[in-house]
Amino acid sequence: MRARVFVTLKPSVFDPQGKVIADALHSLGYDGVADVRQGKYFELDLAATETDAAKALAAEVADKVLANPVIESYRIEVD
Amino acid sequence: MRFGIVVFPGSNCDEDAYHAAKDVFGQDAEYLWHKDTHLKRADVVILPGGFAHGDYLRTGAMARFSPIMKEVAAFAERGGPVLGICNGFQILLEAGLLPGAMLRNRSLKYQCEHVHLRVEQTDTPFTCAARPGQVLRIPIGHGEGNYYAPPETVARLEANRQIVLRYTDPQGRQDDASNPNGSVHAIASICNERRNVVGMMPHPERACEVLLGGVDGRVIFDSVIRALARGPEKPALLEVGRPV
Repeated sequence: MRARVFVTLKPSVFDPQGKVIADALHSLGYDGVADVRQGKYFELDLAATETDAAKALAAEVADKVLANPVIESYRIEVD
Repeated sequence: MRFGIVVFPGSNCDEDAYHAAKDVFGQDAEYLWHKDTHLKRADVVILPGGFAHGDYLRTGAMARFSPIMKEVAAFAERGGPVLGICNGFQILLEAGLLPGAMLRNRSLKYQCEHVHLRVEQTDTPFTCAARPGQVLRIPIGHGEGNYYAPPETVARLEANRQIVLRYTDPQGRQDDASNPNGSVHAIASICNERRNVVGMMPHPERACEVLLGGVDGRVIFDSVIRALARGPEKPALLEVGRPV
């Protein structure tokens, strides 16, 4: 199975990269873009064949390694 | 006394720290490879700057899984003095030995320059030879030194007097222009509650010789040498705050 892990800074944490990208978009005339948050995206190819097991493993990896819980949160999709 | 300097793949300030301890201060020094499982009887452990394991995921994120970090954590638990410099500070944060995390500098640039630091606390083994309020001029070199912790954690750091150094102007005044990376409360260095583990973004090992443009970093090394001369792991570590 494949797990997709989206890691983003928590809403309360300032994102310097997102801010610069938003400013750049505004300077290009994209005034309709209110804000930008930059994050990381991981694809995990898993040996698991059941959704629950795949989700559990992806969550463990995200908790222990992929995300820093002090500043980041994550979302997982499995298929 | 013996300095143990941890070397991770990607460390690049390990030789500078070794040189400062051994050649400038005349102390014993040993490199500790990240796969080692003992500290070679080190009295103080330094996690040096660099890019441990490449810092590809997050700065310091993988180093905490190195075997030596179990020994460093146990050493810290016994009250042994541990200093994380730059990437070493980032590793201490990721390892949970200090609270908080590092974000990209607000400039998004790698900042390499001399900064001014005000000594906020002198009852740590790495600042006990400094005067409270003393201003140090020491270089930084980092892209991710923008210290962040949730407001309740920062409040606890303030209340427990765990903020050891702050970025200031040359007169010791805190202002936004003197904060090189956007760190919350201008934090350049913190310690743990027990005060034996200190992390700092500036590089004291690069400021120990006139040839290198300044000697203000010496007080960090002088401090731990003085603290350990008074005997390791004693409550005295908490009482050496008053300069002699």
